[in-house]
Amino acid sequence: MLTFTVRRLILAVPTLLFISLVIFLLLELAPGDPMAQVPLTVPPEVKEKMRLALGLGEPAPIRFWKWLVQFFWIEPQVLVDHVFGTSFSEGDLRVISWQTRSPVMDIVVQRLPQTLSVVGTAYIVAILIALPIGIYSAYRQYSWFDQLGTFVSMVGFSVPPFFSGVLVIVIFSVQLGWFPSIYDTTLKVTDWDSFVKQLQQMVMPVMVLALQITAQLSRFMRASMLDNLNQDYVRTARAKGIGEYTVVMVHVLRNSMIPVVTVIALGIPSIFGGAIITEQVFKVNGIGQLLIGAIQANDLPMVQTLTFIFAVLIVLFNLIADVLYGILDPRIRYD
Amino acid sequence: MTDAAKDTKLQHSSAQTELAAPPRSQWRDIWDQFKSHRGALFGSCLFFIIVLGVVVGPFVYWNDATFVPTGRDFIKLRDMRPIYHALWDGSAKMNWAYPLGTDNLGRDTLARLMFGGRVSLAVGLAAMILALLLGSLIGVLAGYFRKLDGLLMRMTDLFLALPLLPMILVAAVLFREALSKAIGPEGGVFVLIVCLIGITSWMPTARIVRGDVLAIKEREFVLAARSIGTKPGNIITRHILPNVMSPIMVSATLGIATAIITESALSFLGFGFPPDFPTWGRLLNDAVDRMTLFPERVVWPGILISLTVLSVNYLGDGLRDALDPRIRGR
Repeated sequence: MLTFTVRRLILAVPTLLFISLVIFLLLELAPGDPMAQVPLTVPPEVKEKMRLALGLGEPAPIRFWKWLVQFFWIEPQVLVDHVFGTSFSEGDLRVISWQTRSPVMDIVVQRLPQTLSVVGTAYIVAILIALPIGIYSAYRQYSWFDQLGTFVSMVGFSVPPFFSGVLVIVIFSVQLGWFPSIYDTTLKVTDWDSFVKQLQQMVMPVMVLALQITAQLSRFMRASMLDNLNQDYVRTARAKGIGEYTVVMVHVLRNSMIPVVTVIALGIPSIFGGAIITEQVFKVNGIGQLLIGAIQANDLPMVQTLTFIFAVLIVLFNLIADVLYGILDPRIRYD
Repeated sequence: MTDAAKDTKLQHSSAQTELAAPPRSQWRDIWDQFKSHRGALFGSCLFFIIVLGVVVGPFVYWNDATFVPTGRDFIKLRDMRPIYHALWDGSAKMNWAYPLGTDNLGRDTLARLMFGGRVSLAVGLAAMILALLLGSLIGVLAGYFRKLDGLLMRMTDLFLALPLLPMILVAAVLFREALSKAIGPEGGVFVLIVCLIGITSWMPTARIVRGDVLAIKEREFVLAARSIGTKPGNIITRHILPNVMSPIMVSATLGIATAIITESALSFLGFGFPPDFPTWGRLLNDAVDRMTLFPERVVWPGILISLTVLSVNYLGDGLRDALDPRIRGR
């Protein structure tokens, strides 16, 4: 298992390098000029100097190499410095945003808690809802509950988050006035009232995100339970006289969870992608909104770094899912 | 009579009826299975109605989607409410000539919905066809030619590891102006979005097709074809492709659904079509700012997107059951 993990980790390096190259080339080939927003009255030689100051004077391979060094070598040093108070990264040039002229990673770190709190809560809520639904609809296959669950998950698949988000805003904040329509990130939880406020503003984005995840997960859980419910070991367990609850919730559930856990791990990066839209709807200033703003402002270093962070998440969770599968299912041996 | 004897007799009689019945074509079987799936039938009817309304609607409907009233007409015609609004608010500004009301520039909402539907469905179909062509090509090549398999499948894995939505957003912004200059603002964006969605959604099709081709390649009829000297190209087009058509068709329907959602998401985020060239996502996006006053302008495009995707999903579900010979006839 350890050798497999190490091998996968080593294999992930060329994958990530290739992805970063693809992202870099995409931004490089694009016919857009970062100086396009500068007023026409600025003389060309000044523009040339500004270009050099942005680091655009070098040829593309050198810039790609510099970005790699900054992202993989200098930024971790900054992190180490921040945690342990050392000074490895002093004087090194970090990835600088063209919008704010401050290091990209600092802004990302500022925005990350908002995204994580919304997305993370949504994911946990979705798992808590989806698993019981999946288990029960598999146990009572083709009952009205199962039919309803199938229909609801089909609707969850079909209604895009930018519509369900807007719809819940119209219903719950415009018509009923229960929840605020805009997520206030300056709110600090200090006492009970602010905690209630925080809960109120979290409800709608979390529910919108959770609807989609629930739709997928509950179907997966159901299919996985159905696979296991007809197995011989279930009949054996029942024949031994074990109670129905123990049979389903211990014997079947534990085996059915194996594929579901990997699906849960695989789904985490795509949730960050989906959160881009949800953040836009509810005006949560997380990394999704940061990305949209950076694209609109033609802030290439920020776009490159953020897109690459999304890629790292995908590769990382793919790896985690593979390793988890091997750990949970003793029948699977990668070596 | 014992039970076993009864069983054999039953089997005999059923075999006899099978023999007596006239031979049924494969498509008849598929249709019968498809009919028995209620959701699929409902989905295909709904999808047909939506397509019909969007394609034929503008010829029948009396208002023009691009007409913008000026002067006094502008004041008179703008911000009209849908006619059903009269049920609870008799004093609302409305007109029977504008069944779903007008927007803040006095353009007819129903006409714009039809126009937007045309664009959304056209983008969905075109992107799906592009993704299918790419996916089937790569899947067949990887499955049939062992030398290409490793390379093409690694490429598929890499594409699956790319953060697709952020990259589509980036590319949609960066390449927009160049393409708009080359082909014209609407055509350029159309080509751009179709290409972006197509290039980023062929991977599942390629994987499924490769798996099926790998299995079919080893079957006797392919061996027979090869032994009489059929060239690989002919084997692929004549013997392998017809046998992998059913997974391709299923992923086609699901591809339309994802393409429509992606296009709407792009338009919703403001990276899609220009405002005077509405799609359902764009209409939704334009209406969000004033949704407290005019919720219907948000609700209608949203409902249409959701219904289209829902119907296509059900259609794909039924098609999968109908085209799978293991499920069919059960």
